Amino acid sequence: MSEKTLYDKLWDDHVVHTEEDGAALIYIDRQLIHEVTSPQAFESLRLAGREPWNTQRNLAVADHNVPTTNRKQQIPDPIARLQVETLDKNCAEFGITEFDIDDVRQGIVHVMGPEQGATLPGMTIVCGDSHTSTHGASGALAFGIGTSEVELALATQCLTQKKSKNLLIKVNGSVGAGVTAKDIVLAIIGEIGTAGGTGYAIEFAGSAITDLSMEGRMTVCNMAIEAGARAGLIAVDETTIDYYRDRPYSPKGEHWFMAEREWQKLHSDDGAVFDKVVELNAAEIKPQVTWGTSPEMVVAIDAVVPCPTDEFDAVKQQSMNNALSYMGLEANQPINEIKIDKVFIGSCTNSRIEDLRAAAAVIKGKKKSETVSLALVVPGSGLVKQQAEKEGLDKVFIAAGFEWREPGCSMCLAMNADKLLEGERCASTSNRNFEGRQGYGGRTHLVSPAMAAAAGIAGHFVDVREWV
Amino acid sequence: MQAFKKVTAKVMPLDRANVDTDAIIPKQFLKSIRRAGFGPYLFDEWRYEDVGEPEMDCSQRPLKKDFVLNNPDYQGAEILLTRENFGCGSSREHAPWALEDYGFRAVIAPSFADIFFNNCFKNGILPIILEAEVVDSLFKELAAGYQLTIDLEAQTIITPKGETIQFDVDETRKYRLYNGLDDIALTLLQADKIKAYEVERAKRAPWLFT
Repeated sequence: MSEKTLYDKLWDDHVVHTEEDGAALIYIDRQLIHEVTSPQAFESLRLAGREPWNTQRNLAVADHNVPTTNRKQQIPDPIARLQVETLDKNCAEFGITEFDIDDVRQGIVHVMGPEQGATLPGMTIVCGDSHTSTHGASGALAFGIGTSEVELALATQCLTQKKSKNLLIKVNGSVGAGVTAKDIVLAIIGEIGTAGGTGYAIEFAGSAITDLSMEGRMTVCNMAIEAGARAGLIAVDETTIDYYRDRPYSPKGEHWFMAEREWQKLHSDDGAVFDKVVELNAAEIKPQVTWGTSPEMVVAIDAVVPCPTDEFDAVKQQSMNNALSYMGLEANQPINEIKIDKVFIGSCTNSRIEDLRAAAAVIKGKKKSETVSLALVVPGSGLVKQQAEKEGLDKVFIAAGFEWREPGCSMCLAMNADKLLEGERCASTSNRNFEGRQGYGGRTHLVSPAMAAAAGIAGHFVDVREWV
Repeated sequence: MQAFKKVTAKVMPLDRANVDTDAIIPKQFLKSIRRAGFGPYLFDEWRYEDVGEPEMDCSQRPLKKDFVLNNPDYQGAEILLTRENFGCGSSREHAPWALEDYGFRAVIAPSFADIFFNNCFKNGILPIILEAEVVDSLFKELAAGYQLTIDLEAQTIITPKGETIQFDVDETRKYRLYNGLDDIALTLLQADKIKAYEVERAKRAPWLFT
């Protein structure tokens, strides 16, 4: 069969060797490195007396446990400080480029990579972080790995992989005003479940996807892992190529024109066969809010909290009961009556300039609700922060009583000082609503930046479509 | 890495679906730059009444008595029996490190998240996928002291009644786990192929080789 999917093309292009059982040695074009999943990999290389295969293929940045305030002082948490310093030392020792905490390019690894043109169409990209799927938005094969594979990719520039199956998710038509990339991907996860994509590479297609900017496409691919798929992909088009023109690490001169010609081929062929196809109608997608402790526990803003007794599967019913109890919610409670304590706008899902613009547009001229104790805005990188400040977005947030912070992962996973207290409820633009994710006993509701902003103003969830 | 050949051990039931890696090992413990010592913090939020912090001495911490890890019947278990989509979420290898450090050698579930599944094989843990009905029947059979024998070479699980359950495992993964082999050394045996690939690829995508 000559017709290939985008995933087939990327896979075939990177196979170094295939074993009899189908396991293949895959070449890795780019590895992104951060402080949390790399120290043991470097230590193990050092103990074995091994060198990286090619230092140029790696790029490092600290993001997970950096503070978002008082950057001039040293990191107060000594254990976090040691981890960040260990990354600095390892990069210096092994000759790997790192954007350190004082560099304007520092930021969340999945914001920094595309922003620098360090992750490009057609590449294989890995990082010791499950949200590496983000980079698939540029027509690349990008997936998260564990620390053993960080070490393996450092030492050999290769990983042993078994090819995934192909899943096509087509979102047809157009979304209405106030409905964003985040709502599209949450609706997809609601439809197929958190294990719906397990064993697959998901290609997102359809006009609602191609209508998105690169930032929006990154939001969708970012959460492919929340649907169980290690990799999410979107075909290259003019939007992709325009985005990568003139990025610092993008190809230059004659190489740019060669790359552009090659990248134009990065789409699934007409007639390519997918193992599974799921179609959604974009017009039916409303702003989404998660109510439980798994991203698949999601409903539209005008819905109510589901009732476990309506679920026939015993294991699922038990999960729903656990979730309601942890979240402090009742079945049949209207979503728009749920009051929140905190707002978090940030994370590798939603901290790019477009996300901040969307949130600021909702907030402009309004004030944070008095019942909301803290509303954090954490830009994805120093460059996103700089751009937002140039546009005056920081002033909009600050005037409304929102806090404007330094870049990093922050309260998405609460490894730094930004966290929920026990029982606190948060409208969050991040990607995981697991128990304890944003702080011990914290309760997370995943929403889009516009929805988080609106909830911060109203003090409870509101349908942002009524505001636009 | 510890080789996995044949294990006969007690089974611990964790009757929950979608157990995520944040639950297996909460984020505060990820600040460690070491690979060992995560066992005492395995399932920290479900296991202890208080909030765990890195380097904490866990011997005096108040336990959540209802949690299965604290049930005296299952102490010394090396096989974890659980529900679908185990290990979803973050790619943190600290999750299999914590399971391994606690003493688990195998996890049985109807399905696993891909990254976690892969990470297990790098750490001497055998993740076994069985049909949901078979897992369900094991949950029903399970009682204090219940043991299973897992034989990787034969790809079988033997129950106390003498019943044999077959399981699948990829040949490459099986070979490496059975022999406890180092991935890097094995991959470097292919160094010539990797270099040849680079030469050929540089012609097609020279911008990646500047």
